[in-house]
Amino acid sequence: MLAPTAPPSLYAKRKGVYPKAVNGFYRRLKWAVMAMTLAIYWGTPWIRWDRGPYAPDQAVLIDLAHRRFYMFAIEIWPQEFYYVAGLLIMAGIGLFLVTSAVGRAWCGYACPQTVWTDLYQHVERFIDGDRNAQLKLAKAPWGVRKLARRLVKWAVWLGIAFITGGAWIFYFADAPTLQHAFWIGTAPPVTYATVAILTATTFVLGGFMREQVCIYMCPWPRIQTAMLDEKSLVVTYKDWRGEQRGSLKKAEARPGSYGDCLDCNQCVAVCPTGIDIREGPQIGCITCALCIDACDKVMAQVGRPRGLIDYCTEESAQAERNGAEPQPAIRTLLRARTIAYFCIWSSVGLAMLFALGVRSRLDISAQQDRNPIFVRLSDGAIRNAYTVKLRNMEARPRTMEIGIAGAPAGRLWTEGGTRETAGATLRTSVPADSVARLRVFLLLPSAGPARQDFDFTVRATDREGGSAREPARFERPPA
Amino acid sequence: MADEKRVDPATGTEIKHHEWDGIQELDTPLPRWWLWTFYATILFAIGYTIAYPAWPMIDRATGGMLGWSSRGALEKELEARERQMAPIRLAIAETPITALPGRPQLMQAAVEGGRAAFRVHCVQCHGSGAAGSRGYPNLNDDDWLWGGDLIAIEKTITDGVRNPDHAATRTSLMPAFGKDQLLTLEQIDDVVAHVRVISGQDKRSAAAQRGARVFADNCAVCHGPAGEGNRAVGAPRLTDAIWLYGGDADTIRETVWNSRHGVMPRWNDKLDKATIRMLAAYVHSLGGGDAVPSVAGGGR
Repeated sequence: MLAPTAPPSLYAKRKGVYPKAVNGFYRRLKWAVMAMTLAIYWGTPWIRWDRGPYAPDQAVLIDLAHRRFYMFAIEIWPQEFYYVAGLLIMAGIGLFLVTSAVGRAWCGYACPQTVWTDLYQHVERFIDGDRNAQLKLAKAPWGVRKLARRLVKWAVWLGIAFITGGAWIFYFADAPTLQHAFWIGTAPPVTYATVAILTATTFVLGGFMREQVCIYMCPWPRIQTAMLDEKSLVVTYKDWRGEQRGSLKKAEARPGSYGDCLDCNQCVAVCPTGIDIREGPQIGCITCALCIDACDKVMAQVGRPRGLIDYCTEESAQAERNGAEPQPAIRTLLRARTIAYFCIWSSVGLAMLFALGVRSRLDISAQQDRNPIFVRLSDGAIRNAYTVKLRNMEARPRTMEIGIAGAPAGRLWTEGGTRETAGATLRTSVPADSVARLRVFLLLPSAGPARQDFDFTVRATDREGGSAREPARFERPPA
Repeated sequence: MADEKRVDPATGTEIKHHEWDGIQELDTPLPRWWLWTFYATILFAIGYTIAYPAWPMIDRATGGMLGWSSRGALEKELEARERQMAPIRLAIAETPITALPGRPQLMQAAVEGGRAAFRVHCVQCHGSGAAGSRGYPNLNDDDWLWGGDLIAIEKTITDGVRNPDHAATRTSLMPAFGKDQLLTLEQIDDVVAHVRVISGQDKRSAAAQRGARVFADNCAVCHGPAGEGNRAVGAPRLTDAIWLYGGDADTIRETVWNSRHGVMPRWNDKLDKATIRMLAAYVHSLGGGDAVPSVAGGGR
């Protein structure tokens, strides 16, 4: 019974976590994922992509000022934001898929908090030494030696935090230009503010908060654990094999009464969130599997089979407890639920690819003036006015011809022109990658229905061509 | 008050004294940093209320150490906006109005500025869409009493129409043919019939033929022999489809009987040159403006 002797405080001091270095399959996997994610994060803005003279040559660019999103050969305009919605849907379903198949893999391997905490812990080990040295240093009184080590560590952390926060801004502007402007102090103030804030949050969250972020601040573990089921792979301590725990000595003294667990505490020592996996599945477990590496190493040393702690489904664990063979992992990966998720996920992706392939790079929209709805001219003819927008979504200037279909007698002119210069079509050039806004006057004879439907048409007159239509309405005074 | 403390054996945490359907709550302590974050927000709030207007007093709130106010911020923004606009307004005021269309950026700025000024000064009579109403001209159409090119529009706005206190104002005086007994009732009926014919609203009749003579004697001097109007004296064209007061027989008869003398204010003493020029550009851009007489020749 763990009865508290003093009245418990409402607020708990953080218990330090000093994870021990470990080696093994999952550690190597974590290294690989870390290298890949960091390379993507830091490297992406520097990839060039030639789009010709009228568009930026950065492969991935979120151009907020001009409301464009560039991703390699794809250029997204604001009205095509459904692609982003589609990506979010894919991310959501992808999360269901991954979580139902391999549990909280995101948390353990790919989450930025995990990646940067891991990076910071490597720095910490390099400067302070491994777990025992860190514990000793933490307990040691503040002196020159400790202060020096702490300052060096914090400086390196801060350096990493700075290049982390600094890399973020390059996604929003041309990276080489912005970097130059950043160093000579001519970058926009918002870039400095962004870098400062992201540096500070990286330093604090990665260096000091660490597992506290995962346990207290992050909503993800709650969401992800809700998506797990009895067929999801989670890190499991096989208590039926491990209990009763006992050291090698004890086991030798009374053979048969102890399980495989030597109670060596290596699984606890290596855990980056400071939990004891032998207490069962818990919210603090990010399924990074470092405890599996640690335990397997010990099992190998004492000549017992690996996998006392292992990725295992709850169903398989139940079966094993009852003496059955463990299920092969492929069975948990390929089952109705994961296949259904994969089908939904890939059909959303295919639909988006299809839409991307057939989308038009030229668009017209027309808005009728409502005040006044129509104007009677001196010869009795009726004029309506429209605000027509032409979108040229290609990275080159194009000449376009506006016409009308369904109102053969109509004559068009635009601001700056006059009725005398009106014609059946209007020609205008639209700059590369931009929207031209025209006020278009349309003249029709006074005789006719009060409401007449017609279409505005636009056609690019260059070699590649392309055309679009927009339904519109002409209104006359009631007879 | 229950003194008995119950502790959860698995976590060593105290259990609270309530229960729903067998579910009990652990009294898990919050992390310490959470407490410090909470204190920090309190400190921030106190600092904020000292720096910025916050505490309500009897007649007003505390001013704040930084001297910030929403009204002051607005004034600053307006001033900055005016400073930004000043060179454009100056350029518009200095550019002859006929040269504006040749400078598209300036023209666009003028049209936009005119649109804003129109909403303040002109909508009361001409309507928010400039479509006018009975007695107030529709500025979207191509029928102009005093001319629809940029110079004529600017002149109309500058000096107004029928401002008796100003010599430059535009004035036309149609006699009240009936009230002042210049024509008899029959003559007026005849001339109305004639006007209905030349505007294409009625078929020829005996009355209209009689009216043609009356028209030639009394009306043609201003409205022209064929009723084509005369912009020099502000005489409306009578042969088109646009009627300021209405083209039905009763309304035309009333017009001939009493005459009509619409007044437009003279804006020269209320608005500066740039604003008037902007208004002229905007009105001209509404779609019915006449071609500019001479772009190359510059202004007058």
